[in-house]
Amino acid sequence: MRELKKYWRITLGIVAILALIVLPLGLNRYGLFILSQWAVMTIAAMGLNLTLGYAGQVSLAQGAFVGIGAYAAAIMTTQGMPLVAALGVSILLCFAVGWLLGYPALRVQHHYLAFVTLAFSTLAFLAFRNEGWITNGIYGISNIPRPTIFGFPTNRPLPFYYLCLASLGIVSVAMWWLIRSPWGRAFLALRENPIRAQSLGVDTRRYTLMAFAIGSALAGVAGTLYAPLTQYIDPVPFNLSLSLDLLMMVIVGGAGFFFGPFLGAMIAVLLPEWLRFTEGYYLMLYAASVIVLLIYSPTGILGILDRLATERRTKTASALRASAGSSLEAAP
Amino acid sequence: MTAVLEVSDIRKNFGGITAVDGVSFEVREGEILGLIGPNGCGKSTLFNCILGQLTPSGGEVKVDGKIVTGLRPSELNRLGVSRTFQLLQVFPKLSVRENLILAGQEHRGSMMSRLFGASDAGMTGAAERMIGFFKLDHLAGEPAGSLSYGQQKLLDAAMAFMGGPRLVLLDEPAGGVNLSMLADLKERLAAINRESRATFVVIEHNMEFVMSLCSRVVVMAEGKILAIGRPDQIRGNPAVIEAYLGH
Repeated sequence: MRELKKYWRITLGIVAILALIVLPLGLNRYGLFILSQWAVMTIAAMGLNLTLGYAGQVSLAQGAFVGIGAYAAAIMTTQGMPLVAALGVSILLCFAVGWLLGYPALRVQHHYLAFVTLAFSTLAFLAFRNEGWITNGIYGISNIPRPTIFGFPTNRPLPFYYLCLASLGIVSVAMWWLIRSPWGRAFLALRENPIRAQSLGVDTRRYTLMAFAIGSALAGVAGTLYAPLTQYIDPVPFNLSLSLDLLMMVIVGGAGFFFGPFLGAMIAVLLPEWLRFTEGYYLMLYAASVIVLLIYSPTGILGILDRLATERRTKTASALRASAGSSLEAAP
Repeated sequence: MTAVLEVSDIRKNFGGITAVDGVSFEVREGEILGLIGPNGCGKSTLFNCILGQLTPSGGEVKVDGKIVTGLRPSELNRLGVSRTFQLLQVFPKLSVRENLILAGQEHRGSMMSRLFGASDAGMTGAAERMIGFFKLDHLAGEPAGSLSYGQQKLLDAAMAFMGGPRLVLLDEPAGGVNLSMLADLKERLAAINRESRATFVVIEHNMEFVMSLCSRVVVMAEGKILAIGRPDQIRGNPAVIEAYLGH
C-alpha cells in the first residue's frame, strides 16, 4: 500500500517537472515572466518556510533579504562582475545579516519577534531608498544584464526561465536534504517544544540563529535572480508588502510542508493573473478566497491533506492498540 | 564511592517566596535516589535548578566534581545529565523511532558533522534497541501522538536514555501510568541502572514505586530537606509521617 503511494508520488513529481519544462515552450513573453517570478518567489518562500514553518521563528523581513540579494546582484553585475560572484556575495551577506537578526529571537518570540523583524524590514527599505551613493535611491538601478551560463546567453525570456527553474531545482534538492538531516529534526524540535529539545542536548540558540541565517540566505538567492529577471530595481518592490506576501505564500501553501511554498507562490503569483478577467474585482476575489481557505484550514492547503492522512493513521494505531489490548486480556 | 551529583545549599526565590531553601545532598554513582514530598514543596523547582532550566538564587551544583551551575540545559545534557518532565514531553508528530533518534543525535559528533553525515546520525540501531527494550516494537513507525498515555510515558523515559547518560532525573515517571505498565517501567529502570551503572534521581508520589526502586530517599517539605535515609528509615521517621505520609 505504502509502496504504491510512493510510486504515485514519484510519477506525479516527474510529470510536474516535465510540465514545468515543456509547457512554457508555448508561452508568450509575459507568461514566461510570470512563471520565472513564480520560481524566484518559491525560492524566497522556501527560505521563510525553513525559518517559520520548520523552526517556528516568525519573520516579517524575508522581503528585505530578497532586496539585499537583488541590490547586491544589480550593483555587481552592472559593474561588469559575473552573476555567480554576485550570488556568492548575496548568500554570504544575507546569511550574516540573517544570523544577526536571529539574536532577538533568542529573547522574544511570536508576535514580539514579528515586530522586531518588521522594524528590520522598514530599516532595510529606508537604506535602499536613502543610501543613494550605492543604491541610486528612488531612481533605482536599470540595465541589469542577464548572465551567460556555460556559454548560453539568457537574455531571452525562455532561457532565463530555465535558469530560474534550474536554480529552484538545486535549492529544492538542498532543502529536501537539509530537512531530512539531523538538523531538520532539530529545527522541528525547536518549533514543537524548545524546552524539551534543550533537555535532549539540542543547542536551541545555535539552531535558532541557523534557521534565520539559512532562510535569509535563500532570500538572497531569490534576490540575485530577481534583479536580472526584471532588469530594473528600485526600493518599492522590497518594502513590507513583499515580506507579507512571502509570509502569506508560506501560510497558504502550508507552513512546515516541503511543497507548501511551491503551492503558496503559485497562488500568490498566478492566481491574481488568472483572476484578471474579472477586472476591478480580482484583488477582492483573491483576498476573499485566501480568507476562506484559512478559515477552513489554518494550516494551509497541504494541511488539509495532512489532516486526512493523520486521521487515517490514528485510526490504524488505535485499531492496533485495541487488538493488542484484547490479546493481553486473552492471555492467562 | 564517588558522588555523581553534589547539590550544596541551593536556594531559589520567586519574588518573596522561597521555593527551595538551602538544599544540600549528594547522589552516589549507580544509586537510585528517591525525592518525595508534598505538592509545592519545591521538588520540581530543585530539578529545574540542577538542570539549568532555572538559575538558582544561591548555591552550587557539581556533576562528577565539576561545577555546572549556570550551564545551559543543552550543555548539561551533553555532559551526560538527562531528564524527563512531569507532564508528557514527546514530539507528537514524529514517529516513536524519530523521537528516539532526535533524543540521541546531539550526542554524536559536532553540529557540522551531523549536517553532512547520515540523516539518522547513525542512531537508528540504538533507537531500535531502545524500542525493543521498552517493548514499543509494534509502534516504532507510528507518530508518538497516536500512542496511549502510558506508552508515551514509556517513550518519554526511553528518550532520556538515548544519549547514554550518567545521571538521569525523572520527574514523576509513574504519574498516570496503569499498574501493569508501572511494573514494566520499574523493571526497565532497574535493569538500565544495573546494566549501565546510570545514576537516577526520581521524583514520585507513588510510595510503593519509590520504596521498592530506590536505595535512598530524600524527603522535602516547604523548600527544605526533612530527612534523608533508606526507605525503611524514612517509613518509620515520625517527622516524615507527620508532614507527608500521614498516619
